[in-house]
Amino acid sequence: MARVIVDVMLKPEILDPQGQAIARALPRLGFSGVSEVRQGKRFEVEIDGPADETALAQVRKMAETLLANTVIEDFSVRVEDQ
Amino acid sequence: MGAARVGVVTFPGTLDDQDAARAVRHAGAEAVPLWHADRDLKGVDAVFLPGGFSYGDYLRCGAISRFAPLMEELIPAARAGLPVLGTCNGFQILCEAHLLPGALTRNEGLHYVCRDQRILVENAATAWTGEYASGQEILLPIKHGEGRYVADAATIAALEAGGQVVFRYLGGNPNGSINDIAGICNEAGNVVGLMPHPEHAVEELTGAPSVDGRGFFTSILKRFANL
Repeated sequence: MARVIVDVMLKPEILDPQGQAIARALPRLGFSGVSEVRQGKRFEVEIDGPADETALAQVRKMAETLLANTVIEDFSVRVEDQ
Repeated sequence: MGAARVGVVTFPGTLDDQDAARAVRHAGAEAVPLWHADRDLKGVDAVFLPGGFSYGDYLRCGAISRFAPLMEELIPAARAGLPVLGTCNGFQILCEAHLLPGALTRNEGLHYVCRDQRILVENAATAWTGEYASGQEILLPIKHGEGRYVADAATIAALEAGGQVVFRYLGGNPNGSINDIAGICNEAGNVVGLMPHPEHAVEELTGAPSVDGRGFFTSILKRFANL
């Protein structure tokens, strides 16, 4: 058993109105010094076997097929420390 | 020959399939219900992917629908020339399926927009716009929260140069879409996607702002009558 984390973020050039709305709300809540917020998604993928290169390749394939839309999003894959 | 048979696809969460089928029948074509879980296009002449929130918009709008069993039949058929129209969620599905380039993202300003929108028809040579004139202005309802069309600069330039921007918003961009793009087509012109809803603008009785949507359905009907 291993947990693989896939982080998906809008590409830097794609406008993120949700992140902007969050950034605008922060000063009202007393949080200062924040110049930008970008919102993304985190997927926790539990795999049966070890997180070896084959398994990671499989998760990367998953990410580019379904978890991320690579037209507008970038993704990164990493193994969570146990 | 009999009337053109237009398939209307229903996914779990589709909302506009009944209006879509009615619009197809109103034009004099036969509406054929297609179910997302069936690997069967029932020999239809064209396919309409209506709006709604297929699969609850989970993950991304259209991301799950794009892998439905029906889509596995539809994608190669569309690539081979089958006329396909996607409105709103249907447009999102066509982009996720890579039948159309680019993507639809959350509206600038975050507001869900529901209003009547002036639209410019820029390409009257597609399978679904033959009954309009290039440069014609029409009025259609829009209702969406994720309709901001985006694509990289090279894709936008290619769409503009190739006449693939079929519809453009007039009188104010409702969602921040690049170049006011409301709808596009593929290179062959058989696959058309747009955020506005022609199927909600075919009958005065329903409170529609116009009957300007009729042309989509009469276009496809005429296309098959002339074959």
